[in-house]
Amino acid sequence: MKTVIKGAGYILAHTPDMVLHNGTTQTTERIVNPDSEYLKQLPNHLRDWNTVLAYWPNQVYIGNKTPDELAAIPQPWFEQTCDVNARYGKYGQMMPQEEFLLLMQAVDVFDLVKLEKSFVAEHKAAFAANEMIDETIVARVKDGIEGEEIARLVNEEHSEPLYHHNVLVGCVNRAHDIDVNLSSHVMHENMVSKASSVLALLSALKNAGVAKEDVEYVVDCCEEACGDMNQRGGGNFAKATAEIAGLVNATGSDVRGFCAGPAHALIDAASLVAAGTFKCVVVTAGGCTAKLGMNGKDHVKKGMPIPEDMIGGFAVVLTADDGVSPEVNLQIVGRHTVGTGSAPQAVIQSLVTEALDRNGLKITDIDKFAPEMQNPDCTKPAGAGDVPLANYKMIAALAVKRGEIGRADIASFAEKYGLPGWAPTQGHIPSGVPSIGYFVDEIKAGRLNKCMIIGKGSLFLGRMTNLFDGASFVIQPNSGPEAPAGVSEDEVKKMIAKAMREFAASLLAAEE
Amino acid sequence: MAILAGKKVIIIGDRDGIPGPAIEECAKSAGAEVVFSSTECFV
Amino acid sequence: MDLENQKRVLALTEEHGAENIVVLLGASEGEASGLAAETVTNGDPTFAGPLTGVQLGLSVFHVCEEEIKSEVDPAVYDEQCGMMEMVMDIDDIAGEMSSIRADFCKYL
Repeated sequence: MKTVIKGAGYILAHTPDMVLHNGTTQTTERIVNPDSEYLKQLPNHLRDWNTVLAYWPNQVYIGNKTPDELAAIPQPWFEQTCDVNARYGKYGQMMPQEEFLLLMQAVDVFDLVKLEKSFVAEHKAAFAANEMIDETIVARVKDGIEGEEIARLVNEEHSEPLYHHNVLVGCVNRAHDIDVNLSSHVMHENMVSKASSVLALLSALKNAGVAKEDVEYVVDCCEEACGDMNQRGGGNFAKATAEIAGLVNATGSDVRGFCAGPAHALIDAASLVAAGTFKCVVVTAGGCTAKLGMNGKDHVKKGMPIPEDMIGGFAVVLTADDGVSPEVNLQIVGRHTVGTGSAPQAVIQSLVTEALDRNGLKITDIDKFAPEMQNPDCTKPAGAGDVPLANYKMIAALAVKRGEIGRADIASFAEKYGLPGWAPTQGHIPSGVPSIGYFVDEIKAGRLNKCMIIGKGSLFLGRMTNLFDGASFVIQPNSGPEAPAGVSEDEVKKMIAKAMREFAASLLAAEE
Repeated sequence: MAILAGKKVIIIGDRDGIPGPAIEECAKSAGAEVVFSSTECFV
Repeated sequence: MDLENQKRVLALTEEHGAENIVVLLGASEGEASGLAAETVTNGDPTFAGPLTGVQLGLSVFHVCEEEIKSEVDPAVYDEQCGMMEMVMDIDDIAGEMSSIRADFCKYL
């Protein structure tokens, strides 16, 4: 059975106050260098809502602009103003911080997220008016509590403060007094992930035209862990998200693999559908507070705005063949194995050419590659370079070594076979998957044929292995109706007759 | 005089450049002893 | 540089002696290479880690610099770094590294 991609959802939440209070670059700095010049200057570099709306990479992420249009815009992109500044796009939306805080409270099932009364009153109408927020979610919003009580919780009960424009408007309480895995810090991080995942999942279902009750399985592939002190990564974000989204017929599970998580999850999900286990599977992931302002020191030093101020989320809906939607080719699957090693050449071979070779294909048989789609506005000033571009150069260098392109073609390879990076540096969020929405559209329009999604993950950061990781797969046009599977009754009869004749012949031969 | 032969080598690799284990192979082939190897990640 | 890595650099230097240590980097760009090199010679320029204000002056190279490449088994180098030579700006990296070494390295 074939698996098709019915649709995808992409969302961003603008969370400037969380950059200051929850990004690990800032929380670390506050511990080791509380009076630093960086912490003093950082607030002046935060972007306002209108600026993030008119930011080119954000408009590409939610689908109002295409990667091709972005490629024509001179970098750095923070110096350009996009001519579209809508908050809703073809794939999803950008959500302002105040609505996102209400969403965090709405997805909380353990009475941990507290918001101040007047803050709720001021923003509830806007939250309810959000295109993706239905009445069941609005009904989950509580009236809120007094500001003094929030201050007390933060000061006396270790609650994680929630700020809006530098004003304390709420908090996330710890879920246990002793258990560090249920601390307010962890609960805050997980609640942000869950809220952004819910929004992405709802957007994806709408775009796919799939009813909530038709989803049978959800796979979450973020990089957080939920559990308690007896089972730190017990899970399960997928089911928790499905519950809030109203997917009554779904269960699910979490797949992890650092930034390679989404590629693994999509291969798993596509295989579940292809095997006939489930007819409709959604892969979803929310974003990550820890990475907000991750490279902020370099951005501030270079006098630029903080581009790492958006929480990201994405979801992809996979179903059994509908005869129209682009399909996942489960034959062309690349994987970095234990034996692959860490040499960049070996890594890219394992993810790109090994899978192509098995299928008799060349690098140039793929129309577009989507490796790690990090926005270069975030990475270049931090000395990490243009990550997608570096990946294209690696694939091009490999193509030269294989004699598939000339050395002179390396320079133009990225333009021809690649896309610019537009995703926020939210770990798993940029990892190939931001291109799926665009690929699905372009394949349906007949402008692209084979597109490869490549996820790479830094497993070594978990200190359990020094290994790297990665996985890849190909999306291609729907190949039309499949030949009926299995063998007809007539054929079975013929096969039995043939076997009987052969058996009889062998008996006769034995007698002779 | 050789830079690496007989020395204790500390490796700070980069996920988007040359990762630690790849540098390890190079250092060992030059006769160095690797005492620490790590890989950094900016994304 | 990551704070844990700085801690390890400091501890291993104390254990083995600064004159016996060589630091090899794999950063993807000149600027990042220079910052890491500065950290293990003149101290953490971001004032965040254990090497802040600690001038170890260690011998430090990028693995793709000619000085190192010439000492590595060519087959091993080609396998591990060959392709990245086509991807990274080695001249920029080498320029940054030699300027940091000239300023801060005590063991050349």
